[in-house]
Amino acid sequence: MDEISILPIDVVGGVILLWIALGLFGLALYRHKSLICNVVFPFGAALSLLLAATGLWALGESADIAVLPLGLPDLPLHLRLDPLSAFFLILLGAASFGVSLYSAGYFKSMKGRVLGLLCLEYHLFLASMALVLLADDAYMFMVAWESMALSSYFLVTTDHKIPDIRRAGFLYLLIAHVGAISILLSFGVMQAGHGIAAYTFDAMRANSLSSFWSSLAFLLALFGFGAKAGVLPMHVWLPEAHPAAPSPVSALMSGVMLKTAIYGLIRITFDLLDVHLWWWGVLVLALGLLTAIFGVMFAAVQGDMKRLLAYSSIENIGLLLVGIGLVIIFHVYGKNALAALALTATLYHSINHAFFKSLLFIGTGSILHATGERNMGHLGGLIRRMPWVAATLLIGVLSIAGLPPFNGFISEWLLLQAFLLSPGLPNSHINMLIPVAAAVIALAAALAAYVMVKFYGIIFLGQYREPGLEHAHDAGGWERAGLVWLAAGCVALGLAPVYVVQKLDMVTKMLLGQGLGNSTSGWLFIAPVDIERASYSPVYFLLAVVGVMLVTAWVVHRYYHGRVRRVPAWDCGFPAQNGRMQDTAEGFGQPIRRLFEPFFKIEREVPSPFDAQPRYHGQTDDQIWFFLYLPIKQLTVRLSAWTSLIQHGRIHVYLLYTFVTLIVLLAFV
Amino acid sequence: MDNINLALAVVFQLCQSLLVVALAPLLTGWVGQCRAWLQNRSGPGLLQPYRTLHKLFLKEALLADNASPLFRATPYILFGCMWLAAAIIPIIAVDLPFSQAADVIALVGVFALARVFIALAAMDIGTSFGSMGARREMLVSFLAEPALLMVFFTSSLISQSTQLPHIVETFSHHAFVLYPSLAFASIAFLMILLAENARIPVDNPATHLELTMIHEAMILEYSARHLALIEWASSLKLFAYMTIGFALFFPYGIAEVGNWGALPLAIVALLLKLTAAGAGLAGLEAMLAKMRIFRVPEFLGTAFLLAVLGLLIHFLLGA
Repeated sequence: MDEISILPIDVVGGVILLWIALGLFGLALYRHKSLICNVVFPFGAALSLLLAATGLWALGESADIAVLPLGLPDLPLHLRLDPLSAFFLILLGAASFGVSLYSAGYFKSMKGRVLGLLCLEYHLFLASMALVLLADDAYMFMVAWESMALSSYFLVTTDHKIPDIRRAGFLYLLIAHVGAISILLSFGVMQAGHGIAAYTFDAMRANSLSSFWSSLAFLLALFGFGAKAGVLPMHVWLPEAHPAAPSPVSALMSGVMLKTAIYGLIRITFDLLDVHLWWWGVLVLALGLLTAIFGVMFAAVQGDMKRLLAYSSIENIGLLLVGIGLVIIFHVYGKNALAALALTATLYHSINHAFFKSLLFIGTGSILHATGERNMGHLGGLIRRMPWVAATLLIGVLSIAGLPPFNGFISEWLLLQAFLLSPGLPNSHINMLIPVAAAVIALAAALAAYVMVKFYGIIFLGQYREPGLEHAHDAGGWERAGLVWLAAGCVALGLAPVYVVQKLDMVTKMLLGQGLGNSTSGWLFIAPVDIERASYSPVYFLLAVVGVMLVTAWVVHRYYHGRVRRVPAWDCGFPAQNGRMQDTAEGFGQPIRRLFEPFFKIEREVPSPFDAQPRYHGQTDDQIWFFLYLPIKQLTVRLSAWTSLIQHGRIHVYLLYTFVTLIVLLAFV
Repeated sequence: MDNINLALAVVFQLCQSLLVVALAPLLTGWVGQCRAWLQNRSGPGLLQPYRTLHKLFLKEALLADNASPLFRATPYILFGCMWLAAAIIPIIAVDLPFSQAADVIALVGVFALARVFIALAAMDIGTSFGSMGARREMLVSFLAEPALLMVFFTSSLISQSTQLPHIVETFSHHAFVLYPSLAFASIAFLMILLAENARIPVDNPATHLELTMIHEAMILEYSARHLALIEWASSLKLFAYMTIGFALFFPYGIAEVGNWGALPLAIVALLLKLTAAGAGLAGLEAMLAKMRIFRVPEFLGTAFLLAVLGLLIHFLLGA
């Protein structure tokens, strides 16, 4: 290779700089709305695609390192592009390509000044996420991490005139910062007091810590990244912030930003720390299981479509943690082939979730624009008014419900295969835990199907629940492009698992020294261990079902007939059927609420039979909020009240304090 | 030689699928006939399901005014899914090229796909019975599906494979061993079979009282060929579940790889097993009463726990 050749890391750096430039350009052009929408956002989308392509290129290359002439005196900024970063850059680029295209149409109706600012924040957000993935020292990482948190905070509070949104934004900012402090402390532990130059990741890799310090660093990182990812009990910001943010922002936050936390956890656990203990894995596994089942249970009882998706994100983060927990357990016991399988499942699920969750969130954006309604109980029948959104979201819903032949099924399949291969671990306690864990995963997956039938059925199917809905309009051109790209991604990731797994092998080889290897079975069949043990071919699957459908339809129409007549719905002969007689979101979730009643805090207001104006009101809240967060809040308020005892706002009192402190210090010296 | 074998296997695969599609309504007819005998009625005869299907196919299809394409496509999707399920299960022989395309986890996925589509189709017209049926169906399935997966896991762990043909080979060609884990799994499986096929005590396939219906409530708006395909798919599903039961717990008689001579015997064994199982199902249904909808989660929760217990026992005892 000659000296002036361009490395992948240069391209990624260029993309980041161009994103920042685009953001500033958008801010400067706030008077020209159509220019921002039709040029700036699509150009940003093209950069996303370039980023994804570069990531794909870098996946097969050895790690690139760059040291920038910026930063602290003894600690210039270090960047590094290795297969793990490259994989997450692909995820970022591919998902944000769809979201940026969609944004070009979605933000059209915004006021110019707001749009200019939003354009800047949006592209800064993208750039800082890319920098988080590239950072190779703690300083760079924290700077990028904080700019990611801040830019997303400003994006969440775009509609800051609404008090609820300000409140949601504040909660998000608070939890993000508690998490950031914890991550910083974790880096501090790993740096092990070797001076400022030891804050590079390379120095941390070289350090070998005792198991106590390693555990401390790991727990701090788990807490910090867990707060960002929405792991129980730090999940409370997700269902508040996601509905508050504009839909493309929710899509990026849920689809991509949560994955940066997963990236951070993987980076610290498998790359920076060299000691691993089995109980880390059990802890992560247990947290993941709790988070998954909790998230999906709450998703089932939500009435607000974006809150429902936020809880579903919590569930998926739980599944990812389960995968990471399994990787740690297998890795500790030296079963690296199994660890590679579990890691492949985790990474696969990350990119799957990036696609289908972004798709569902931007879909809710179109619905919100068309109807102005977030509450599913006021929607219904939109499949007839919004065919594009309905068709693409159907793919998203089937994917997230883990149904073959779409992409969600493959990562669940791989994860379950990892569980099935686990007997024979030397620790009998873990052997007891694993079947229970598999059962919980299966339960969460089945409940996810319940949630998604509810989501799709209530919003798109049935009759219009409110009179205005028959005038709802479908998504525009840019919006359609974004929706179709993400839906196509779900299908492609579902149909070509062998190709994806081959690419993921580069990452698992880097982290665990072993890939999955899928060489014997050809490109049609994915067989992670052995074709005799397990194999799955989505292409055959799809061909079989579609083939039988077509043949059946042909036979029926050829040998009988294809006559059809449109008539009013029958409904067992009940004459007056209107939209209000269908299940609402609350009604559809009622069995789950009743089954899992102890986990919810339910407030219900039921009318008496003689009410002239009967009103039903039901609210289901999170117990954790009342058991954990409110006491913390009250404690904080009380502590502040005590502090105010010595605060009088008079300058001579403060001078007195200074004087007393000096005396006390002098007495010690 | 390999190519000839593969071609034979593909031909065989097609034959098995067609045979299953043709036989499935007969099984439903047999169960109905047994029920009628147990209730001291003369019964409509074994061939009644075929006559019903023929009649339905001849009729003109009536569609509600607001039915979407999803509603019209669902019967075909259902039929395709159930056909695929029947193609994966080693019903007569284990030589199935198709079973490599989908293992037991994918089999659970096929059933889930079919269920999600019929639940969505039930909500499509927007009638109160339709969404009630969809809600109840999803309630039944969210416990039954993981339980089924756990049953599969137990047998997969014993046979070291998630491919049904390998599971069958392990179980049928070894000396008879009573696995305690499989005993739990088989009870769980029976409960799941009742729930997933809308049988008593969870649902009543012959009910005409709207408020107690689950499966029937979902398909109220279907008529003519669409209804016929759904009914056919339902009988295929019952057939598939029964043959899964045979494959996991009573695999004797299924022909080995390449042993074409054993096929006639395998068909006879299958018919005998189906006759006995159909009569047993009718007997169970005659003895049990349908339970209230909110007792159903308890019933299925028991099934789920039994299945998990079977799995735990396997992990603990290795058997």
